[in-house]
Amino acid sequence: MIHCVLHDPKDSVAVVVVEGVKAGQTLTGLILDENRTITLPCAQDIPLGHKVALKDMSVGDTVIKYGVDIGKVVAAIKTGQHAHVHNIKTKRW
Amino acid sequence: MPSKFWGYRRENGRVGVRNHVIILPVDDLSNAACEAVANNIKGTLAIPHPYGRLQFGADLDLHFRTLIGTGSNPNVAAVVVIGIEEGWTKKVVDAIAATGKPVTGFGIELHGDHDTIMRASKVAKTYLQAASELHRVECPVSELWVSTKCGESDTTSGCGANPTVGDAFDKLYAAGCTLIFGETSEITGGEQIVAARCRDDKVRKEFMRMFDRYQEMINRHKTTDLSESQPTKGNIAGGLTTIEEKALGNIQKIGRKCIVDGVLDKAEMPTGPGLWFMDSSSAAAEMVTLCAAAGYVVHFFPTGQGNVIGNPILPVIKICANPRTVRTMSEHVDVDTSGLLQREITMDQAGDRLLDMMFRTANGRLTAAEALGHREFVLTRLYESA
Repeated sequence: MIHCVLHDPKDSVAVVVVEGVKAGQTLTGLILDENRTITLPCAQDIPLGHKVALKDMSVGDTVIKYGVDIGKVVAAIKTGQHAHVHNIKTKRW
Repeated sequence: MPSKFWGYRRENGRVGVRNHVIILPVDDLSNAACEAVANNIKGTLAIPHPYGRLQFGADLDLHFRTLIGTGSNPNVAAVVVIGIEEGWTKKVVDAIAATGKPVTGFGIELHGDHDTIMRASKVAKTYLQAASELHRVECPVSELWVSTKCGESDTTSGCGANPTVGDAFDKLYAAGCTLIFGETSEITGGEQIVAARCRDDKVRKEFMRMFDRYQEMINRHKTTDLSESQPTKGNIAGGLTTIEEKALGNIQKIGRKCIVDGVLDKAEMPTGPGLWFMDSSSAAAEMVTLCAAAGYVVHFFPTGQGNVIGNPILPVIKICANPRTVRTMSEHVDVDTSGLLQREITMDQAGDRLLDMMFRTANGRLTAAEALGHREFVLTRLYESA
């Protein structure tokens, strides 16, 4: 089963595509642009559609998805943690 | 992909995929009479809306352009127009008449609702019976005008439903179809990617002018970073975090090969085949209404969390890749591409699945939104009335 997908191998987050992902699981991630899989540890329960961090990130770091900038880190994120509005904000507006 | 579909060829040569007789109010005051006519003559369709009084300048121009474009759309066989007075009613009638299709207008003042409804109903009955005798004819796929706009997106939109539209758009572009996308605010973060896809510097400059103007408007009025408005509360519930992330998912809809051949103002009609960008709101019903007014006859609407939108005259095909939405809101989904996220189908197969549904829809199959009675018709306003 594919638990999460990312677009570009450079992405720092992946999208959870199944329900019921729990902390402690090992996740299989599909890199869409290359059609190959990776594995990563899951550190928190993450809902379907929400993002899991693929690397440790510090405040001020740029978050990469689709191979490009989708915003900045506003609270530190560890690999396998839930990445969303509580730790990432837009750089626009 | 088939090379032909069955459509209604209109007097001006354009091809529609529906055969509506619409009862079109010029203004809010005329909604009641229009709805009464549609109630009298079964099979006609009233399109009520809340505007049309004391608008002026560019906002009034857009109001007329949207109403006239809606009446002129080839999915419409004939039109009865009703306004509170005859002057603006005639303006709408005359412009629709330029397409050659049957259209008659009625002003309510000096007559009242009863007399207007009676006279308009007699004309509507004639139009409906004439339309019922029109037959579909075989038409080349290049005559299809296909629009797209997504809604209640989530992260599965960007990796499943939207690239499915992109794959289909790449194939339709190669077939010589007339395509459109828009949602100016929802390009934010991906504007350089769209700019790089523009045909030439002239188109690129026009696109960036529209993009920058919209950004300036947002910056002028904003009180927050727009979180919960753009991205919407539903987008955030679905896992989308920032406008940049939403935008990069959004622009998956224009595929990997299409070129942006030109830009259009709201409800403006394209002048040739290719992919057009319309400077527009990202609100679903506003954008779909503008696409219908620009003359588009089939719409691709990818959703993640489950937007339920339809349009009175434009069949809206819903595409969804979120397995939970497909399960919990199945009555709204026309094309399920959730298999993409488990590698059960390829992007090429997903695009073909959408194109198959497009041909079936163009040939007459009712979309989920049509069967469920979704007829959202929402006029875009530019500023306050006088």
